[in-house]
Amino acid sequence: MPQSHAAPLPNLRREWVIEGIRSPAAQQEIERVLALMPQLCYARLNLSNRRLTTEWAEGGQDNAALLAALQALGYRAVPFTQNEAEAAQMRRTQWLLRCLAVAGFAAMNVMLLSVSVWSGNATEIAPETRDLFHWLSALIALPAAGFAGQPFFYAAIAALREREMTMDVPISLGVLLALGMSVYETAIHAPHAYFDSALMLLFFLLLGRVLDHVMRLRTRSLAANLAALRAPFASRLRPDGGLEEVPAEALQPGDVMLVSAGERLAADGHVRDGRSEMDESVLTGESLRRLVGVGDAVYAGMLNGAGQLRITIAQTGGKTLLAEIEGLIEKALAVRSRYVQLADRIARIYAPVVHVAAALTATGWILVGASVHDAVIIAIAVLIITCPCALALAAPAVQVVVSGALFRRGLLMRSGDVIERMAEVDTVVFDKTGTLTIPEQKGLDLGALPDAMQLLAGRLALASRHPLARALRAAVETRMGLLLPLDGACEITGAGVEAVYEGVAVRLGSLAFCGLEKAERPQGNPVSVLAFRYGTQAWPIFMTQTLRPDAAAVVADLKAMGLPVVILSGDHSEAVSAVAVHLGISQWHAGLSPVEKLTHLQALRAQGHRVLMVGDGINDAPALASASVSISPASGADVTQAAADLVFMGDRLQPVIEALRLCRKGRRVMFENFMLALVYNLLAVPLAVAGMVTPLIAAAAMSGSSVLVAVNALRAGRVQEQGHEKQTREPV
Amino acid sequence: MGVLLYLVPTALGLGLLGLFAFMWSLKSGQYDDLDGAAYRILDDEDVRGSAPRADKQESGGNERQ
Repeated sequence: MPQSHAAPLPNLRREWVIEGIRSPAAQQEIERVLALMPQLCYARLNLSNRRLTTEWAEGGQDNAALLAALQALGYRAVPFTQNEAEAAQMRRTQWLLRCLAVAGFAAMNVMLLSVSVWSGNATEIAPETRDLFHWLSALIALPAAGFAGQPFFYAAIAALREREMTMDVPISLGVLLALGMSVYETAIHAPHAYFDSALMLLFFLLLGRVLDHVMRLRTRSLAANLAALRAPFASRLRPDGGLEEVPAEALQPGDVMLVSAGERLAADGHVRDGRSEMDESVLTGESLRRLVGVGDAVYAGMLNGAGQLRITIAQTGGKTLLAEIEGLIEKALAVRSRYVQLADRIARIYAPVVHVAAALTATGWILVGASVHDAVIIAIAVLIITCPCALALAAPAVQVVVSGALFRRGLLMRSGDVIERMAEVDTVVFDKTGTLTIPEQKGLDLGALPDAMQLLAGRLALASRHPLARALRAAVETRMGLLLPLDGACEITGAGVEAVYEGVAVRLGSLAFCGLEKAERPQGNPVSVLAFRYGTQAWPIFMTQTLRPDAAAVVADLKAMGLPVVILSGDHSEAVSAVAVHLGISQWHAGLSPVEKLTHLQALRAQGHRVLMVGDGINDAPALASASVSISPASGADVTQAAADLVFMGDRLQPVIEALRLCRKGRRVMFENFMLALVYNLLAVPLAVAGMVTPLIAAAAMSGSSVLVAVNALRAGRVQEQGHEKQTREPV
Repeated sequence: MGVLLYLVPTALGLGLLGLFAFMWSLKSGQYDDLDGAAYRILDDEDVRGSAPRADKQESGGNERQ
């Protein structure tokens, strides 16, 4: 049990990442319990980023009590310090919001004045009144645009310095020219000014930016949470016998750490004393618990079972097995070439085309004999009308809508470009244990064996490291307590274990090994089979793997969507084939190491497939990172979640289908949006080039197209939930 | 036209008021937890009269809500 994390901070306010929030009710539950802690003067849970902010009253700091109270509710709290990247993202998002607010305020007020002018122009407005209104507009628009335009101006200057062309350049140019021309036109008492256009441009463009950055902030804070959950603490035994809480980085080889029940190991080492079961699913993907005793090697990332262990540390930090796997993940992520989003691809072509069009318009009008003044004004109108408002809204609006829809279905999206990558998937790869099957292994059927035989089988199983033997041992131990190994038991590779007990030969292993070739298997369920033989008597032992409730339905749906399904598992081939046959998956590979999984993935990608990988173990993480797009269940290892693009909650696999459907729809809508924006330009640009665009037309066209795109984006979230709840398939 | 003398400043003033209200709400963290706020409104803890938090905030001093 962690006692006091780190040294007391000078600041009594702290932030915690809370793990285990499944429903919004957690907010009331946690805050109500913490309200009863007398030393705590402030506790507030943020449901959006799953963080708890607490503040201790002077002198009353008691983090252990806080952690215990949360643990009693079933939540794990990890101290959290906001990283610089996230803080910067937050500041930037807020800055953009402020710019948006200013642009919105100014656009509304200027529009008010402009409408008066337009209606006045249609009737009979006194030129003096019109000038007054124009000057008033200038008074509002110039400072407002100076403030709200900053994001674009800075970005444009930076881009020009790098000699690149981004959307910011035509935007800045359009806004500045529109304002400059309007001031000039006002000064010469001309009837038209474009102050409202410039501000509306800024407003819609900023809206796109804000949406984009809200997305980024959301994904970045999720990533920071995952990173915090990964940073482990350990209880180190001091030479004087006392205990101290230290962060994992502070551990040294040779130190002794005490690992309590349910704690995750922070370093690799050997058991010095104690006995316990270790859940090593995060490392191997196998869900069976391994019994460890004195001298056994244990690895960082393993989860301790019920016993207490003292562990002599052998490797720490970057040298642990866990860190090696993390290294693989990073390599895979680095290799995955940066996906170029649709919006960026369009932007690269768009900016030069717009500038050329404006320049051609100006020269064209001068050639046909228009005055330079008129030609320039028309060219500026072209720039205003082509300013990519709708284009800038097209992708971020869809991303926000889709990520919201995914969130409501229990899926967290870790970056905006997931939608496009997900929509292009043509192959789905599943891990087995923990992904297709549920992490716990329950279905061991010992009913057929008499108690004495169970005990003997369990003791014999101690001699084997086979997962089925481990499961058997675990099952027997839960019923009968700790087991002692049999003397002289020896393992025959690929068959089982054998020993002589009180003069009788006993065997535990495959059916053939125990002479039970013809044993009936229960129908329908994916079953692993083991047999136990005592003298001449033999019993089969069946073990069912608990599939996720809707695994079969989801695999069927995927096939119906035309996506081939593959299983890549670290488990042994018998268990994998049973699941594969049950789910009707013909392509499966068993007994794979993390590197082999990665190789398989890379081979698929080399064949030109775009692979969606679904996996939960740390052994899957490198493969997840190298897939085109990846999904991990929230029950998966933290490292794995960090490597995945999407994380889903709950026991059902249905979110995988939902994600595919939503992202496909999302990309379709995104594409429609780009088309809408393009069609708008095709219609509006000829008008502008012909010199027929008045401020009124510009305002109507710009706001019209932006609103159209934003409304269309809302459609992306409207994908019917294809509930398999009603027809829950057999609980296998 | 005399009406413009006070109507235009009034319109601008109201707009500015809204702008400052938004800036204030942004700065004071009103938009930090959009998901949580939706549920917080349903919390009737204070109605049931067991509000230890409210007392403590006064004694706690330096919290910001």
